[in-house]
Amino acid sequence: MNADSYVAIAFWILAIGMVLAAYAVVALPRIIHSALALVLFFFQIAGLYVLLRAEFIAAVQVIIYVGAVTVLFLFAIMLTNRSYAPDSNPANRQWIAAGVVSLGLLGTLLATLGRQTWPTGGQVPANATVLLGQLMLGPFILPFEIAAILLLVAMVGAIVIARES
Amino acid sequence: MDWLIIAAIKSGFVIVILLTGFAYGTLLERKLLGRLQVRYGPNRVGPFGLLQPVADGLKLLGKEDTAPAGADRVVFTLAPMISTACALSAFAVIPIGGTIDLLGRRIDLVVADVNIGILYVLGVTSLGIYGIVLAGWSSNNKYALLGGVRSSAQMLSYELALGMSLIGVLLIAGTLQLPKIVEAQATVPFILLQPLGFIVFLIAATAEVNRSPFDLPEAENELVAGYHVEYSGMKFALFQMAEYVNLIVVSSLATTLFLGGWYGPFGLLPGPHWFFLKVFLLICFFVWLRATTPRLRYDQLMRFGWKVLLPLALANVLLTAVGVLVLQG
Repeated sequence: MNADSYVAIAFWILAIGMVLAAYAVVALPRIIHSALALVLFFFQIAGLYVLLRAEFIAAVQVIIYVGAVTVLFLFAIMLTNRSYAPDSNPANRQWIAAGVVSLGLLGTLLATLGRQTWPTGGQVPANATVLLGQLMLGPFILPFEIAAILLLVAMVGAIVIARES
Repeated sequence: MDWLIIAAIKSGFVIVILLTGFAYGTLLERKLLGRLQVRYGPNRVGPFGLLQPVADGLKLLGKEDTAPAGADRVVFTLAPMISTACALSAFAVIPIGGTIDLLGRRIDLVVADVNIGILYVLGVTSLGIYGIVLAGWSSNNKYALLGGVRSSAQMLSYELALGMSLIGVLLIAGTLQLPKIVEAQATVPFILLQPLGFIVFLIAATAEVNRSPFDLPEAENELVAGYHVEYSGMKFALFQMAEYVNLIVVSSLATTLFLGGWYGPFGLLPGPHWFFLKVFLLICFFVWLRATTPRLRYDQLMRFGWKVLLPLALANVLLTAVGVLVLQG
């Protein structure tokens, strides 16, 4: 077996796992279990990034989404009384309408993405993290800083709103 | 398939080292705490109490495996596993020595030399929160829940300062790979170039592994042990294991990033000896800290983390960046 077939096997394991985890997020009756399925899902996305040789993005995905964002989800859920209830993640009765919309979205995505020609091949540079850093603080410094300020504003705003009540 | 077999053997070695470290870490802590409090510590089982960990293990094996009524069984069982798995896997990127020749092969004394080394450690340790939070929640006990919630808030807050304190090292070394960071310290360990960074790292790391004076998540006198109050038997042992393995990982990380890893003065001993000696001394330091300092109050903990530690870490980043620019430019 060569390296490519290992990558293919890993991809299919991750892909199937991701679909199952995503389904579990909406289907599990307890909301804490849903949050945990979401953790699994985020983790597998990080796995995909590793397969694409984007280790830095994979690490950031785990640190931010798994290590911080979902922990805050759990934090918020755990402080509610209903977190122990078996029906805390109620099923929606409009699943037919939702299914139609989802299928429509899937069709649109397949139609547009399928026709796209993606740049493939090319060696991933060994020092991708360094290059990424230079790009972010070089040509893309403005969007980078604006995003940072946006987050800061959102944070200050949240504190102000929480303090008022 | 060679690489797979080598990786498996290395992982096995590391797990054995860490589990032995856990068993005798508990003994070391109890012995040393005893001495620091002017008593003997465990000295009945075997010579100098050396078989105490075995006795503890057997005792825990014999305990009934209970779960409280109303507990979420699946999560309750999963939580200690997550804790231990995260603690053990964090060690994978830490080099305990340079490259050695063994049976005609060149072997790096590190399980996986990934090029995002430090970020990997930060990522895996940030997953450790889940074990504690889920244990607290799934126990269906308000003390356990409080412990879990406190712990997640504390770890999220101090993780930031921890990450920031490492940036100074990264700026000087110019790489995320831990073996290369150690090689960059062949002449001068980074503790001399980054004294502030080292202090911030040690404090944040103490909070990250929930040790005194930051042991609020399991404050035994108010939360009756916090998140693991409902656990018994081997599940409880897994939490203890995670705690001590985390302590070893944090000490190893401090050794690797600030104390020059496997390098020692005058080339007296082969690399791994120095590494383990430094880790051992750091663990003794953590025990000493526990014996000496009283626990912080929750608001003090938060204020200290956000208003003192984080600004200090940021100042350290700024100073280091300017220094690197001046010296290189």
